[in-house]
Amino acid sequence: MKRLFLIEFDKLRANRSSRILIGAYFILLTSIALIAAIKFDIGPIKFHLAEQGIFNFPYIWHFNAFIGAWFKIFLAVVIVSMTANEYSNKTLKQNLIDGLSKREFLHSKWLMIFALAAISTLFIFVVSLILGLIYSNYTEVSIILKDFEYLLAYFIKHIAFFGFCLFLGTAIKRSAFALGFLGVWQMFEGICYGLLKWKSPEWLDAEQVFRLFPLNAMGNLIHEPFSRLSAVRNLANQVEIDLLKNTSVQFWDIIIVLVWSFIFYSLTYRLLKRRDL
Amino acid sequence: MNNILTVTQLTKKFGHITAVDTLSFSIKKGNVYGILGPNGSGKSTTLGMILNVVNPTSGGFSWFDGTHNTHQALKRVGAIIERPNFYPYMTAAQNLRLVSRIKEVPKSKIDEKLALVDLLARKNDKFKTFSLGMKQRLAIASALLNDPEILILDEPTNGLDPQGIAKVRNIIKKIAAQGTTILLASHLLDEVEKVCSHVLVLQKGKQIYFGKVTALTTDHGYFELNATNVDALQKALSSITAIEHIEVDGHYILAYPNTPLDIAELSKSLADNGIVLTHLAQKYKSLEDQFLTLTQNQQA
Repeated sequence: MKRLFLIEFDKLRANRSSRILIGAYFILLTSIALIAAIKFDIGPIKFHLAEQGIFNFPYIWHFNAFIGAWFKIFLAVVIVSMTANEYSNKTLKQNLIDGLSKREFLHSKWLMIFALAAISTLFIFVVSLILGLIYSNYTEVSIILKDFEYLLAYFIKHIAFFGFCLFLGTAIKRSAFALGFLGVWQMFEGICYGLLKWKSPEWLDAEQVFRLFPLNAMGNLIHEPFSRLSAVRNLANQVEIDLLKNTSVQFWDIIIVLVWSFIFYSLTYRLLKRRDL
Repeated sequence: MNNILTVTQLTKKFGHITAVDTLSFSIKKGNVYGILGPNGSGKSTTLGMILNVVNPTSGGFSWFDGTHNTHQALKRVGAIIERPNFYPYMTAAQNLRLVSRIKEVPKSKIDEKLALVDLLARKNDKFKTFSLGMKQRLAIASALLNDPEILILDEPTNGLDPQGIAKVRNIIKKIAAQGTTILLASHLLDEVEKVCSHVLVLQKGKQIYFGKVTALTTDHGYFELNATNVDALQKALSSITAIEHIEVDGHYILAYPNTPLDIAELSKSLADNGIVLTHLAQKYKSLEDQFLTLTQNQQA
Protein backbone atom coordinates (compact mmCIF):
# COMPACT_ATOMS: atom_id res chain seq x y z
CA MET A 1 0.00 0.00 0.00
CA LYS A 2 2.88 2.32 0.84
CA ARG A 3 4.34 1.55 -2.58
CA LEU A 4 1.09 2.46 -4.36
CA PHE A 5 0.74 5.65 -2.35
CA LEU A 6 4.31 6.72 -3.07
CA ILE A 7 3.85 6.04 -6.80
CA GLU A 8 0.93 8.47 -6.95
CA PHE A 9 2.60 10.90 -4.55
CA ASP A 10 5.67 11.08 -6.81
CA LYS A 11 3.47 11.88 -9.79
CA LEU A 12 1.62 14.60 -7.92
CA ARG A 13 4.61 16.15 -6.22
CA ALA A 14 6.55 16.68 -9.44
CA ASN A 15 3.63 18.44 -11.13
CA ARG A 16 3.87 22.17 -10.68
CA SER A 17 0.27 23.09 -11.50
CA SER A 18 -1.03 20.45 -9.10
CA ARG A 19 1.20 21.80 -6.36
CA ILE A 20 -0.07 25.33 -6.97
CA LEU A 21 -3.73 24.26 -7.01
CA ILE A 22 -3.37 22.21 -3.83
CA GLY A 23 -1.55 25.10 -2.17
CA ALA A 24 -4.28 27.54 -3.24
CA TYR A 25 -6.92 25.15 -1.93
CA PHE A 26 -5.49 25.04 1.56
CA ILE A 27 -4.95 28.78 1.62
CA LEU A 28 -8.63 29.25 0.70
CA LEU A 29 -9.68 26.78 3.41
CA THR A 30 -7.76 28.82 5.91
CA SER A 31 -9.41 31.96 4.59
CA ILE A 32 -12.64 30.86 6.29
CA ALA A 33 -11.02 32.48 9.28
CA LEU A 34 -11.26 35.80 7.47
CA ILE A 35 -15.03 35.71 7.91
CA ALA A 36 -14.22 36.65 11.45
CA ALA A 37 -12.95 39.95 10.18
CA ILE A 38 -16.29 40.96 8.65
CA LYS A 39 -17.44 43.97 10.61
CA PHE A 40 -19.83 46.78 9.81
CA ASP A 41 -19.83 49.84 11.89
CA ILE A 42 -22.28 52.30 10.40
CA GLY A 43 -23.34 54.73 13.11
CA PRO A 44 -26.01 53.00 15.19
CA ILE A 45 -25.70 49.68 13.34
CA LYS A 46 -22.82 47.70 14.68
CA PHE A 47 -22.38 44.26 13.14
CA HIS A 48 -19.57 41.83 13.74
CA LEU A 49 -20.17 38.53 11.96
CA ALA A 50 -17.93 36.53 14.26
CA GLU A 51 -20.14 37.56 17.18
CA GLN A 52 -23.37 36.39 15.56
CA GLY A 53 -22.75 32.90 16.83
CA ILE A 54 -21.38 31.35 13.64
CA PHE A 55 -18.21 30.36 15.46
CA ASN A 56 -19.97 28.87 18.44
CA PHE A 57 -19.35 25.22 19.27
CA PRO A 58 -20.85 22.92 18.07
CA TYR A 59 -22.45 25.01 15.30
CA ILE A 60 -19.02 25.86 13.87
CA TRP A 61 -18.50 22.25 12.75
CA HIS A 62 -21.59 22.49 10.60
CA PHE A 63 -20.85 25.99 9.31
CA ASN A 64 -17.21 25.37 8.37
CA ALA A 65 -17.91 21.94 6.85
CA PHE A 66 -20.51 23.56 4.62
CA ILE A 67 -18.35 26.52 3.58
CA GLY A 68 -15.14 24.48 3.24
CA ALA A 69 -16.80 22.03 0.84
CA TRP A 70 -17.22 24.79 -1.76
CA PHE A 71 -13.49 24.83 -2.41
CA LYS A 72 -13.22 21.17 -3.32
CA ILE A 73 -13.45 22.03 -7.02
CA PHE A 74 -9.75 22.96 -6.82
CA LEU A 75 -8.81 19.43 -5.86
CA ALA A 76 -11.29 18.11 -8.43
CA VAL A 77 -9.30 19.89 -11.15
CA VAL A 78 -6.11 18.26 -9.86
CA ILE A 79 -7.63 14.78 -9.82
CA VAL A 80 -9.27 15.08 -13.22
CA SER A 81 -6.17 16.48 -14.91
CA MET A 82 -3.80 13.99 -13.27
CA THR A 83 -6.03 11.16 -14.52
CA ALA A 84 -6.61 12.54 -18.01
CA ASN A 85 -2.88 13.19 -18.38
CA GLU A 86 -2.16 9.52 -17.76
CA TYR A 87 -4.00 8.91 -21.01
CA SER A 88 -2.69 11.82 -23.05
CA ASN A 89 0.93 11.18 -22.02
CA LYS A 90 0.32 7.43 -22.46
CA THR A 91 1.92 6.94 -19.06
CA LEU A 92 -0.90 4.64 -17.97
CA LYS A 93 0.22 2.30 -20.74
CA GLN A 94 3.82 2.62 -19.61
CA ASN A 95 2.87 1.99 -15.96
CA LEU A 96 1.12 -1.23 -16.95
CA ILE A 97 4.05 -2.35 -19.11
CA ASP A 98 6.39 -1.64 -16.22
CA GLY A 99 4.44 -4.10 -14.10
CA LEU A 100 1.67 -2.20 -12.34
CA SER A 101 -1.64 -4.06 -12.52
CA LYS A 102 -4.78 -2.17 -13.50
CA ARG A 103 -6.15 -2.75 -10.01
CA GLU A 104 -2.96 -1.35 -8.47
CA PHE A 105 -3.14 1.69 -10.74
CA LEU A 106 -6.69 2.38 -9.62
CA HIS A 107 -5.79 1.83 -5.96
CA SER A 108 -2.88 4.25 -6.15
CA LYS A 109 -5.32 6.89 -7.43
CA TRP A 110 -7.88 6.07 -4.74
CA LEU A 111 -5.24 6.23 -2.02
CA MET A 112 -4.56 9.76 -3.16
CA ILE A 113 -8.29 10.52 -2.97
CA PHE A 114 -8.41 9.22 0.58
CA ALA A 115 -5.29 11.18 1.51
CA LEU A 116 -6.62 14.46 0.04
CA ALA A 117 -10.02 14.02 1.68
CA ALA A 118 -8.40 13.14 5.01
CA ILE A 119 -6.00 16.08 4.95
CA SER A 120 -8.81 18.42 3.99
CA THR A 121 -10.98 17.12 6.85
CA LEU A 122 -8.11 17.46 9.28
CA PHE A 123 -7.54 21.01 8.05
CA ILE A 124 -11.18 21.98 8.55
CA PHE A 125 -11.02 20.42 12.00
CA VAL A 126 -7.98 22.43 13.03
CA VAL A 127 -9.21 25.71 11.54
CA SER A 128 -12.62 25.30 13.19
CA LEU A 129 -11.11 24.33 16.51
CA ILE A 130 -8.89 27.39 16.58
CA LEU A 131 -11.65 29.77 15.45
CA GLY A 132 -14.03 28.20 17.94
CA LEU A 133 -11.60 28.48 20.81
CA ILE A 134 -11.15 32.16 20.01
CA TYR A 135 -14.76 33.20 19.32
CA SER A 136 -17.11 30.56 20.75
CA ASN A 137 -19.27 31.51 23.70
CA TYR A 138 -19.00 27.94 24.98
CA THR A 139 -15.70 26.08 25.21
CA GLU A 140 -16.64 23.15 27.43
CA VAL A 141 -15.17 19.90 26.11
CA SER A 142 -18.58 18.21 26.03
CA ILE A 143 -19.95 20.94 23.74
CA ILE A 144 -16.85 21.01 21.52
CA LEU A 145 -17.15 17.28 20.95
CA LYS A 146 -20.80 17.54 19.86
CA ASP A 147 -21.89 17.38 16.21
CA PHE A 148 -18.72 15.70 14.97
CA GLU A 149 -20.86 13.91 12.37
CA TYR A 150 -20.47 16.98 10.16
CA LEU A 151 -16.76 16.20 9.86
CA LEU A 152 -17.55 12.60 8.99
CA ALA A 153 -20.05 13.82 6.38
CA TYR A 154 -17.43 16.24 5.06
CA PHE A 155 -14.92 13.43 4.65
CA ILE A 156 -17.37 11.09 2.90
CA LYS A 157 -18.66 13.87 0.68
CA HIS A 158 -15.14 14.56 -0.55
CA ILE A 159 -14.36 10.87 -1.11
CA ALA A 160 -17.46 10.48 -3.26
CA PHE A 161 -16.90 13.69 -5.18
CA PHE A 162 -13.27 12.88 -5.95
CA GLY A 163 -14.29 9.34 -6.91
CA PHE A 164 -16.75 10.85 -9.37
CA CYS A 165 -13.98 13.09 -10.76
CA LEU A 166 -11.61 10.14 -11.12
CA PHE A 167 -14.29 8.23 -13.00
CA LEU A 168 -14.98 11.18 -15.31
CA GLY A 169 -11.26 11.72 -15.95
CA THR A 170 -10.89 8.06 -16.86
CA ALA A 171 -14.04 7.89 -18.95
CA ILE A 172 -13.55 11.12 -20.90
CA LYS A 173 -9.73 11.21 -20.97
CA ARG A 174 -9.66 15.00 -21.50
CA SER A 175 -9.57 17.14 -18.38
CA ALA A 176 -11.46 20.13 -19.77
CA PHE A 177 -14.27 17.96 -21.14
CA ALA A 178 -14.46 15.94 -17.95
CA LEU A 179 -14.86 19.09 -15.85
CA GLY A 180 -17.38 20.42 -18.34
CA PHE A 181 -19.31 17.19 -18.04
CA LEU A 182 -19.37 17.64 -14.27
CA GLY A 183 -21.17 20.94 -14.82
CA VAL A 184 -23.52 19.38 -17.36
CA TRP A 185 -24.28 16.58 -14.92
CA GLN A 186 -25.17 19.11 -12.24
CA MET A 187 -27.64 20.70 -14.67
CA PHE A 188 -28.93 17.28 -15.68
CA GLU A 189 -29.76 16.52 -12.05
CA GLY A 190 -31.58 19.84 -11.79
CA ILE A 191 -33.61 19.15 -14.92
CA CYS A 192 -34.45 15.65 -13.69
CA TYR A 193 -35.66 17.13 -10.41
CA GLY A 194 -37.87 19.56 -12.28
CA LEU A 195 -39.30 16.80 -14.45
CA LEU A 196 -39.87 14.57 -11.43
CA LYS A 197 -41.72 17.31 -9.60
CA TRP A 198 -43.80 18.09 -12.64
CA LYS A 199 -44.60 14.71 -14.13
CA SER A 200 -44.00 12.00 -11.57
CA PRO A 201 -47.02 9.80 -10.80
CA GLU A 202 -48.61 10.07 -7.40
CA TRP A 203 -47.14 6.90 -5.96
CA LEU A 204 -43.63 8.25 -6.64
CA ASP A 205 -42.18 10.72 -4.17
CA ALA A 206 -40.06 13.09 -6.28
CA GLU A 207 -38.02 14.23 -3.28
CA GLN A 208 -37.10 10.68 -2.35
CA VAL A 209 -36.08 9.79 -5.92
CA PHE A 210 -34.05 12.96 -6.23
CA ARG A 211 -32.31 12.05 -3.00
CA LEU A 212 -30.66 9.16 -4.88
CA PHE A 213 -28.91 11.36 -7.48
CA PRO A 214 -25.15 11.45 -6.80
CA LEU A 215 -24.39 15.17 -6.65
CA ASN A 216 -27.64 15.92 -4.83
CA ALA A 217 -26.91 13.13 -2.35
CA MET A 218 -23.48 14.60 -1.71
CA GLY A 219 -25.10 18.00 -1.18
CA ASN A 220 -27.66 16.52 1.21
CA LEU A 221 -24.90 15.30 3.52
CA ILE A 222 -24.31 18.81 4.80
CA HIS A 223 -27.41 21.04 4.52
CA GLU A 224 -27.04 24.78 4.57
CA PRO A 225 -26.33 25.94 8.11
CA PHE A 226 -27.76 29.46 7.86
CA SER A 227 -31.33 28.70 8.91
CA ARG A 228 -29.91 27.51 12.24
CA LEU A 229 -28.55 30.95 13.05
CA SER A 230 -30.66 32.70 15.65
CA ALA A 231 -30.48 35.99 13.75
CA VAL A 232 -31.89 34.31 10.64
CA ARG A 233 -34.57 32.52 12.67
CA ASN A 234 -35.70 35.73 14.25
CA LEU A 235 -35.98 37.35 10.87
CA ALA A 236 -37.89 34.36 9.49
CA ASN A 237 -40.31 34.45 12.41
CA GLN A 238 -41.04 38.08 11.74
CA VAL A 239 -42.02 37.37 8.14
CA GLU A 240 -43.74 34.15 9.22
CA ILE A 241 -41.66 31.62 7.30
CA ASP A 242 -41.23 28.26 8.95
CA LEU A 243 -37.58 27.28 8.84
CA LEU A 244 -37.80 24.36 11.19
CA LYS A 245 -36.37 21.80 8.83
CA ASN A 246 -33.94 19.12 9.83
CA THR A 247 -30.37 20.13 9.00
CA SER A 248 -28.56 17.28 10.69
CA VAL A 249 -26.61 14.56 8.85
CA GLN A 250 -28.96 11.76 7.82
CA PHE A 251 -27.89 8.13 8.03
CA TRP A 252 -29.46 7.23 4.68
CA ASP A 253 -27.69 10.05 2.90
CA ILE A 254 -24.39 8.65 4.11
CA ILE A 255 -25.34 5.21 2.81
CA ILE A 256 -26.43 6.60 -0.58
CA VAL A 257 -23.16 8.50 -0.99
CA LEU A 258 -21.07 5.51 0.05
CA VAL A 259 -22.89 3.37 -2.50
CA TRP A 260 -22.16 5.96 -5.18
CA SER A 261 -18.47 5.96 -4.18
CA PHE A 262 -18.40 2.22 -4.65
CA ILE A 263 -20.18 2.52 -8.00
CA PHE A 264 -17.63 5.09 -9.23
CA TYR A 265 -14.78 2.85 -8.10
CA SER A 266 -16.25 -0.19 -9.87
CA LEU A 267 -17.10 1.65 -13.08
CA THR A 268 -13.60 3.11 -13.25
CA TYR A 269 -12.09 -0.35 -12.82
CA ARG A 270 -14.34 -1.76 -15.52
CA LEU A 271 -13.24 0.96 -17.93
CA LEU A 272 -9.58 0.36 -17.17
CA LYS A 273 -9.97 -3.36 -17.56
CA ARG A 274 -11.89 -3.34 -20.82
CA ARG A 275 -10.06 -0.66 -22.71
CA ASP A 276 -7.19 -1.46 -25.02
CA LEU A 277 -4.38 1.05 -24.79
CA MET B 1 13.18 -22.79 -16.43
CA ASN B 2 13.91 -22.21 -20.07
CA ASN B 3 10.64 -20.91 -21.39
CA ILE B 4 10.37 -17.20 -20.88
CA LEU B 5 7.13 -16.78 -22.81
CA THR B 6 4.70 -19.25 -24.30
CA VAL B 7 2.00 -17.96 -26.61
CA THR B 8 -0.88 -20.23 -27.59
CA GLN B 9 -3.51 -19.48 -30.21
CA LEU B 10 -3.38 -15.79 -29.38
CA THR B 11 -6.04 -13.84 -31.28
CA LYS B 12 -7.15 -10.22 -31.32
CA LYS B 13 -10.09 -8.88 -33.27
CA PHE B 14 -10.95 -5.21 -33.66
CA GLY B 15 -14.52 -5.32 -34.88
CA HIS B 16 -14.51 -7.52 -37.96
CA ILE B 17 -10.78 -7.08 -38.54
CA THR B 18 -8.54 -9.82 -37.18
CA ALA B 19 -5.36 -8.02 -36.20
CA VAL B 20 -3.67 -11.07 -34.72
CA ASP B 21 -4.74 -14.51 -35.86
CA THR B 22 -4.05 -17.62 -33.72
CA LEU B 23 -0.37 -17.02 -33.02
CA SER B 24 1.57 -19.74 -31.25
CA PHE B 25 5.24 -19.56 -30.42
CA SER B 26 7.56 -19.77 -27.48
CA ILE B 27 10.53 -17.74 -26.42
CA LYS B 28 13.47 -19.45 -24.82
CA LYS B 29 16.15 -18.01 -22.64
CA GLY B 30 19.25 -16.56 -24.25
CA ASN B 31 18.05 -16.15 -27.83
CA VAL B 32 17.43 -12.97 -29.74
CA TYR B 33 14.06 -13.00 -31.48
CA GLY B 34 12.81 -10.76 -34.20
CA ILE B 35 9.21 -10.15 -35.13
CA LEU B 36 9.07 -9.22 -38.78
CA GLY B 37 6.17 -7.92 -40.75
CA PRO B 38 5.04 -4.97 -42.79
CA ASN B 39 3.22 -2.09 -41.11
CA GLY B 40 -0.16 -3.21 -39.84
CA SER B 41 0.74 -6.89 -39.70
CA GLY B 42 -0.05 -7.13 -35.99
CA LYS B 43 3.39 -6.77 -34.42
CA SER B 44 2.50 -4.04 -31.96
CA THR B 45 -0.85 -5.64 -31.11
CA THR B 46 0.91 -8.90 -30.30
CA LEU B 47 3.37 -7.11 -28.05
CA GLY B 48 0.52 -5.09 -26.52
CA MET B 49 -1.23 -8.29 -25.52
CA ILE B 50 1.76 -9.96 -23.88
CA LEU B 51 2.45 -6.66 -22.09
CA ASN B 52 -0.98 -6.40 -20.49
CA VAL B 53 -2.23 -3.32 -22.34
CA VAL B 54 -4.37 -4.99 -25.02
CA ASN B 55 -6.97 -7.58 -24.06
CA PRO B 56 -6.77 -10.76 -26.17
CA THR B 57 -10.00 -11.81 -27.89
CA SER B 58 -9.11 -15.46 -27.45
CA GLY B 59 -6.12 -17.65 -26.77
CA GLY B 60 -3.53 -16.80 -24.19
CA PHE B 61 0.05 -16.61 -23.10
CA SER B 62 2.05 -17.37 -20.02
CA TRP B 63 5.20 -15.83 -18.69
CA PHE B 64 7.99 -17.84 -17.07
CA ASP B 65 6.14 -21.18 -17.42
CA GLY B 66 3.08 -19.71 -15.75
CA THR B 67 4.77 -19.26 -12.38
CA HIS B 68 3.85 -15.57 -12.25
CA ASN B 69 0.74 -13.66 -13.20
CA THR B 70 1.21 -11.13 -15.96
CA HIS B 71 1.83 -7.99 -13.97
CA GLN B 72 4.22 -9.74 -11.58
CA ALA B 73 6.07 -11.18 -14.58
CA LEU B 74 6.33 -7.78 -16.23
CA LYS B 75 8.47 -6.57 -13.33
CA ARG B 76 11.12 -8.95 -14.68
CA VAL B 77 10.67 -7.73 -18.24
CA GLY B 78 11.96 -4.58 -19.86
CA ALA B 79 9.90 -3.16 -22.67
CA ILE B 80 9.86 -0.21 -25.01
CA ILE B 81 6.78 0.16 -27.13
CA GLU B 82 6.63 2.64 -30.00
CA ARG B 83 7.28 6.13 -28.71
CA PRO B 84 8.81 6.64 -25.27
CA ASN B 85 6.14 7.43 -22.68
CA PHE B 86 7.20 9.37 -19.63
CA TYR B 87 5.87 12.17 -17.46
CA PRO B 88 6.94 15.29 -19.36
CA TYR B 89 7.10 17.45 -16.25
CA MET B 90 9.42 15.07 -14.40
CA THR B 91 13.19 14.94 -14.78
CA ALA B 92 14.92 11.85 -16.17
CA ALA B 93 15.88 10.78 -12.65
CA GLN B 94 12.36 11.35 -11.27
CA ASN B 95 10.86 9.31 -14.08
CA LEU B 96 13.23 6.45 -13.43
CA ARG B 97 12.56 6.63 -9.71
CA LEU B 98 8.88 6.15 -10.42
CA VAL B 99 9.68 3.14 -12.60
CA SER B 100 11.92 1.76 -9.86
CA ARG B 101 8.99 2.00 -7.43
CA ILE B 102 6.69 0.19 -9.85
CA LYS B 103 9.22 -2.51 -10.62
CA GLU B 104 10.39 -2.67 -7.01
CA VAL B 105 14.07 -2.33 -7.77
CA PRO B 106 16.62 -0.35 -5.74
CA LYS B 107 17.10 3.31 -6.62
CA SER B 108 20.85 2.76 -6.86
CA LYS B 109 20.29 1.34 -10.36
CA ILE B 110 19.14 4.70 -11.72
CA ASP B 111 22.54 6.34 -12.16
CA GLU B 112 24.07 3.13 -13.44
CA LYS B 113 21.53 2.81 -16.24
CA LEU B 114 21.58 6.52 -17.08
CA ALA B 115 25.34 6.21 -17.52
CA LEU B 116 24.87 3.20 -19.80
CA VAL B 117 22.81 5.27 -22.22
CA ASP B 118 24.91 8.45 -21.89
CA LEU B 119 22.29 10.49 -20.07
CA LEU B 120 23.86 10.89 -16.66
CA ALA B 121 24.75 14.52 -17.37
CA ARG B 122 21.10 15.27 -18.15
CA LYS B 123 19.55 13.39 -15.24
CA ASN B 124 18.07 16.49 -13.63
CA ASP B 125 16.57 17.90 -16.81
CA LYS B 126 12.89 17.54 -17.52
CA PHE B 127 11.82 14.86 -19.98
CA LYS B 128 10.02 17.40 -22.16
CA THR B 129 13.33 19.13 -22.93
CA PHE B 130 14.83 15.95 -24.44
CA SER B 131 15.35 15.26 -28.14
CA LEU B 132 13.74 12.16 -29.63
CA GLY B 133 17.04 10.28 -29.51
CA MET B 134 17.50 11.13 -25.85
CA LYS B 135 13.92 10.13 -25.08
CA GLN B 136 14.49 6.79 -26.77
CA ARG B 137 17.69 6.26 -24.79
CA LEU B 138 15.90 7.13 -21.56
CA ALA B 139 13.31 4.53 -22.49
CA ILE B 140 16.09 1.98 -22.87
CA ALA B 141 17.57 2.95 -19.51
CA SER B 142 14.11 2.56 -17.98
CA ALA B 143 13.61 -0.84 -19.58
CA LEU B 144 16.98 -2.00 -18.27
CA LEU B 145 16.42 -0.69 -14.75
CA ASN B 146 15.46 -4.10 -13.40
CA ASP B 147 18.19 -5.98 -15.29
CA PRO B 148 15.39 -7.72 -17.17
CA GLU B 149 15.41 -11.36 -18.16
CA ILE B 150 13.91 -10.36 -21.47
CA LEU B 151 14.02 -7.06 -23.27
CA ILE B 152 11.13 -6.26 -25.62
CA LEU B 153 11.65 -3.56 -28.22
CA ASP B 154 9.09 -2.31 -30.69
CA GLU B 155 10.64 -0.36 -33.57
CA PRO B 156 13.37 1.07 -31.33
CA THR B 157 15.02 3.05 -34.11
CA ASN B 158 11.87 4.51 -35.63
CA GLY B 159 12.22 8.20 -36.39
CA LEU B 160 15.81 8.48 -35.19
CA ASP B 161 18.61 10.11 -37.16
CA PRO B 162 21.52 7.90 -38.34
CA GLN B 163 23.63 8.68 -35.26
CA GLY B 164 20.67 7.91 -33.02
CA ILE B 165 20.06 4.63 -34.85
CA ALA B 166 23.71 3.66 -34.47
CA LYS B 167 23.66 4.50 -30.75
CA VAL B 168 20.52 2.50 -30.09
CA ARG B 169 21.82 -0.46 -32.12
CA ASN B 170 25.08 -0.47 -30.22
CA ILE B 171 23.23 -0.53 -26.94
CA ILE B 172 21.09 -3.46 -28.15
CA LYS B 173 24.17 -5.34 -29.29
CA LYS B 174 25.84 -4.75 -25.94
CA ILE B 175 22.80 -6.11 -24.13
CA ALA B 176 22.50 -9.11 -26.44
CA ALA B 177 26.18 -9.87 -25.86
CA GLN B 178 25.47 -10.12 -22.12
CA GLY B 179 23.11 -12.98 -22.83
CA THR B 180 19.85 -11.14 -22.24
CA THR B 181 16.93 -12.56 -24.20
CA ILE B 182 15.61 -10.01 -26.65
CA LEU B 183 12.38 -9.75 -28.59
CA LEU B 184 12.65 -7.13 -31.29
CA ALA B 185 9.79 -6.05 -33.53
CA SER B 186 10.75 -4.21 -36.64
CA HIS B 187 9.92 -3.74 -40.25
CA LEU B 188 13.56 -2.99 -40.96
CA LEU B 189 14.89 -6.29 -42.19
CA ASP B 190 18.58 -5.56 -41.96
CA GLU B 191 18.06 -4.58 -38.34
CA VAL B 192 16.59 -7.98 -37.58
CA GLU B 193 19.16 -9.82 -39.69
CA LYS B 194 22.01 -8.12 -37.85
CA VAL B 195 20.96 -8.98 -34.32
CA CYS B 196 18.44 -11.82 -34.29
CA SER B 197 18.94 -15.54 -34.07
CA HIS B 198 15.26 -16.44 -34.43
CA VAL B 199 12.49 -14.78 -36.31
CA LEU B 200 8.70 -14.70 -36.31
CA VAL B 201 7.25 -13.50 -39.58
CA LEU B 202 3.76 -12.03 -39.55
CA GLN B 203 1.49 -11.07 -42.36
CA LYS B 204 -1.98 -9.67 -41.80
CA GLY B 205 -1.90 -11.05 -38.31
CA LYS B 206 -1.01 -14.57 -39.39
CA GLN B 207 2.18 -16.35 -38.46
CA ILE B 208 3.88 -17.38 -41.69
CA TYR B 209 7.26 -18.41 -40.30
CA PHE B 210 8.75 -19.06 -36.90
CA GLY B 211 12.25 -20.44 -36.48
CA LYS B 212 15.91 -19.75 -36.87
CA VAL B 213 17.02 -16.91 -39.10
CA THR B 214 19.68 -19.19 -40.60
CA ALA B 215 17.07 -21.75 -41.57
CA LEU B 216 15.21 -19.01 -43.37
CA THR B 217 18.17 -17.54 -45.18
CA THR B 218 20.36 -20.57 -45.82
CA ASP B 219 19.00 -22.53 -48.64
CA HIS B 220 21.74 -23.76 -50.91
CA GLY B 221 22.43 -20.28 -52.12
CA TYR B 222 22.90 -19.62 -55.81
CA PHE B 223 25.70 -18.98 -58.27
CA GLU B 224 26.25 -15.89 -60.31
CA LEU B 225 28.18 -16.65 -63.50
CA ASN B 226 29.38 -15.20 -66.73
CA ALA B 227 31.51 -16.62 -69.50
CA THR B 228 32.98 -15.72 -72.87
CA ASN B 229 30.36 -17.87 -74.50
CA VAL B 230 27.05 -17.39 -72.75
CA ASP B 231 25.03 -19.91 -74.78
CA ALA B 232 27.57 -22.66 -74.14
CA LEU B 233 27.53 -21.77 -70.46
CA GLN B 234 23.75 -22.11 -70.27
CA LYS B 235 23.85 -25.44 -72.06
CA ALA B 236 26.59 -26.73 -69.79
CA LEU B 237 24.76 -25.62 -66.65
CA SER B 238 21.54 -27.33 -67.65
CA SER B 239 23.44 -30.58 -68.04
CA ILE B 240 24.53 -30.49 -64.39
CA THR B 241 21.93 -32.47 -62.39
CA ALA B 242 22.42 -30.50 -59.14
CA ILE B 243 21.30 -27.31 -60.87
CA GLU B 244 17.55 -26.92 -60.61
CA HIS B 245 16.98 -23.94 -62.79
CA ILE B 246 18.76 -21.12 -64.57
CA GLU B 247 17.86 -17.49 -64.82
CA VAL B 248 19.27 -14.59 -66.77
CA ASP B 249 19.63 -11.48 -64.66
CA GLY B 250 21.15 -8.59 -66.55
CA HIS B 251 24.76 -9.43 -67.35
CA TYR B 252 24.83 -12.57 -65.30
CA ILE B 253 23.45 -16.05 -65.41
CA LEU B 254 21.98 -17.18 -62.11
CA ALA B 255 22.06 -20.91 -61.36
CA TYR B 256 20.04 -22.35 -58.48
CA PRO B 257 21.17 -25.75 -57.11
CA ASN B 258 18.71 -28.01 -55.27
CA THR B 259 21.44 -29.82 -53.31
CA PRO B 260 24.62 -28.44 -51.77
CA LEU B 261 27.04 -27.78 -54.57
CA ASP B 262 30.69 -26.95 -54.04
CA ILE B 263 31.87 -23.89 -55.96
CA ALA B 264 35.19 -25.55 -56.87
CA GLU B 265 33.36 -28.58 -58.22
CA LEU B 266 31.11 -26.40 -60.35
CA SER B 267 34.07 -24.45 -61.70
CA LYS B 268 35.90 -27.67 -62.54
CA SER B 269 32.99 -29.30 -64.32
CA LEU B 270 32.38 -26.20 -66.38
CA ALA B 271 36.06 -26.01 -67.32
CA ASP B 272 35.85 -29.67 -68.31
CA ASN B 273 33.08 -28.63 -70.70
CA GLY B 274 35.40 -26.07 -72.21
CA ILE B 275 33.72 -23.03 -70.68
CA VAL B 276 35.92 -20.06 -69.86
CA LEU B 277 34.36 -18.26 -66.92
CA THR B 278 34.72 -14.52 -66.59
CA HIS B 279 32.73 -14.38 -63.37
CA LEU B 280 31.75 -16.87 -60.69
CA ALA B 281 30.34 -16.11 -57.26
CA GLN B 282 28.31 -18.04 -54.72
CA LYS B 283 25.56 -15.97 -53.15
CA TYR B 284 22.88 -16.32 -50.53
CA LYS B 285 19.55 -14.59 -50.48
CA SER B 286 19.29 -11.78 -48.00
CA LEU B 287 16.61 -11.88 -45.35
CA GLU B 288 14.86 -9.17 -47.32
CA ASP B 289 14.60 -11.39 -50.43
CA GLN B 290 13.51 -14.32 -48.29
CA PHE B 291 10.93 -12.21 -46.60
CA LEU B 292 9.53 -10.95 -49.88
CA THR B 293 9.39 -14.50 -51.29
CA LEU B 294 7.67 -15.69 -48.16
CA THR B 295 5.06 -12.97 -48.11
CA GLN B 296 4.46 -13.27 -51.85
CA ASN B 297 3.95 -17.02 -51.56
CA GLN B 298 1.32 -16.37 -48.95
CA GLN B 299 -0.50 -13.88 -51.12
CA ALA B 300 -0.47 -16.15 -54.17
